[in-house]
Amino acid sequence: MSFYPICAEYNDAPLAEQFGSVTEHDVRRAINKTKLNPKDFLALLSPAAIPFLEEMAQKANQLTLQNFGKTIQLFTPLYMANFCTNRCIYCGFNTKNKIPRTQLGPEELETEAKAIAETGLKHLLILTGDARTKSSPEYVESAVKILSRYFPSVSIEIYAMTEEEYARQVEAGVDGMTMFQETYNEELYPELHPAGPKRDYRFRLDAPERACKAGMRVVNIGALLGLDEWRHDALKTGIHAAYLQDKYPDVDIAVSLPRIRTHVGDAFVPRSLVSDISLTQNMLALRLFLPRCGITISTREAPEFRENILPLGVTRMSAGVSTEVGGHTKTDEKVGQFDISDGRSVEEMSQVLRKHGYQPVFKDWHSLKEAS
Amino acid sequence: MNKDIFELGGVEFDSRLLTGTGKYADDSVIPEVCEASGSQIITVALRRVDFESTTGNVMDFIPKNMKLLPNTSGARNADEAVRIARLAKAMGCGDWIKIEVISDNKYLLPDGYETAKATEILANEGFVVLPYVNADLYIARSLVDAGAAAVMPLGAPIGTNRGLQTREMVRILIDEISLPIIVDAGIGRPSEACEAMEMGADACLVNTAIATASNPAMMASAFGHAVKAGREAYLSGPGAKHSHAKASSPLTGFLHEG
Repeated sequence: MSFYPICAEYNDAPLAEQFGSVTEHDVRRAINKTKLNPKDFLALLSPAAIPFLEEMAQKANQLTLQNFGKTIQLFTPLYMANFCTNRCIYCGFNTKNKIPRTQLGPEELETEAKAIAETGLKHLLILTGDARTKSSPEYVESAVKILSRYFPSVSIEIYAMTEEEYARQVEAGVDGMTMFQETYNEELYPELHPAGPKRDYRFRLDAPERACKAGMRVVNIGALLGLDEWRHDALKTGIHAAYLQDKYPDVDIAVSLPRIRTHVGDAFVPRSLVSDISLTQNMLALRLFLPRCGITISTREAPEFRENILPLGVTRMSAGVSTEVGGHTKTDEKVGQFDISDGRSVEEMSQVLRKHGYQPVFKDWHSLKEAS
Repeated sequence: MNKDIFELGGVEFDSRLLTGTGKYADDSVIPEVCEASGSQIITVALRRVDFESTTGNVMDFIPKNMKLLPNTSGARNADEAVRIARLAKAMGCGDWIKIEVISDNKYLLPDGYETAKATEILANEGFVVLPYVNADLYIARSLVDAGAAAVMPLGAPIGTNRGLQTREMVRILIDEISLPIIVDAGIGRPSEACEAMEMGADACLVNTAIATASNPAMMASAFGHAVKAGREAYLSGPGAKHSHAKASSPLTGFLHEG
């Protein structure tokens, strides 16, 4: 069993029609239920739910407070390499883009780790471009061993791996993985990924499940909203998260809500524009559908918007972000994967969270390796 | 009234309210909460403790007079719980440990079998073990055999503030288990803590309801009073409840001696 046949059913369904036929009554019923089903989730994502955003926000706030308290877990990404073998037409690391390519060696990793650790952060997300030969599983494992000395929680956001490879990463000290499907639309997917190993839609779709099977503690999924009609991908992402939650109850399933951002190279025109209202509706519907699901909001979003949506379901945020390789220590001009909108430091973000009545949580996990 | 002492793990306490450290908007309110509640035992998730922190650490806010009860939050099985307990001890958090083994992230219900396994291992190592479990007689008995210092049944799923949904099962534990029964999780209102104490629970642990209140210190105070009131009611022996009306013309009134 895999999520693939379930996703295929949604890909074959007349979703535009289904979203269009939702009534006010359907939305009200979904808001008032304690346990929502996929149909309720669809109703809350539909245009008919827009007049009910305030009611949804009140309930989302209460559910988030009850399940997660007044806390936001902070993390930062560390870009270890930007070599890439793919041609994702919306991405700055696209192999056709003429940008300087580099990869951090052990000493540079240690320097970056020290610089990040000085900010007090304990949760690190490491990223490479999608280049298995340059940034091999062995390279990632050896990097994790260095970084684990500074961070009790290291997560990976890299190319899709086999279950055995994920198990080796867990053994090396990785406790979380992030994998964005980009779009769940199987027809659109090859257009956006014309070349490279990432072209394999199903191998990527099943990657989060392989990570769950391999013993990963946290699995974070998401779609890059805007590549397809956002409602369609938002629906399939939530259904994917529910599938993983049901099948792997011991894994902490989280969802990111990234919107497409600009990057160097050819101008890419997204299929749909995701407004602030749309992104908010997506988050509220997701919180009501999956009350215990982690929700991550990255620095792709502007400071003011990030602050406004804080009480509506957010549980994790990035801070002190650079999307450049070695960006935490080197000041020479480089090209990042995408432009960020919120460049505030960890200290600045912490102050902002406190101002809004939230505790910035720097450490929420302790590696058990030393107690083996 | 004689002084009512709560004995747990060989230590005597005046207060029967245990508190926690999670979900606060700001940890700096913790000392005020401890003071207002009168609590003397506080639980902290080891995974949150960061002794190297340059940005503040939850431990800095726990008053020195509180008995520290590290917990194994985040453990998915007995092995992980045991490792967290040993880490807590190695990090100087003492030898009391609250076992939480949860491998269901949707409902956060405790795994009784794995909890009993961890309890046995840690009790044999000399830990004072306080296991958080479902309100289940068989699990509770296995915890007694495993060497637990108390049994901590849930009132409702953790963090839900739904109250004492398991009251009938908790009542059975109170009647049948010789160890202290500490109702943990789910208690959302002081009246519910009071009810648990009236029933004869030995103590209550309350975190979410205090931490997420608009005024945590005031809510802590309310819980402190409620737990005390419930305990006094229990000790004073409340009149038995009658499930039927007392007939003014009894059906057995015709019976006479001789």
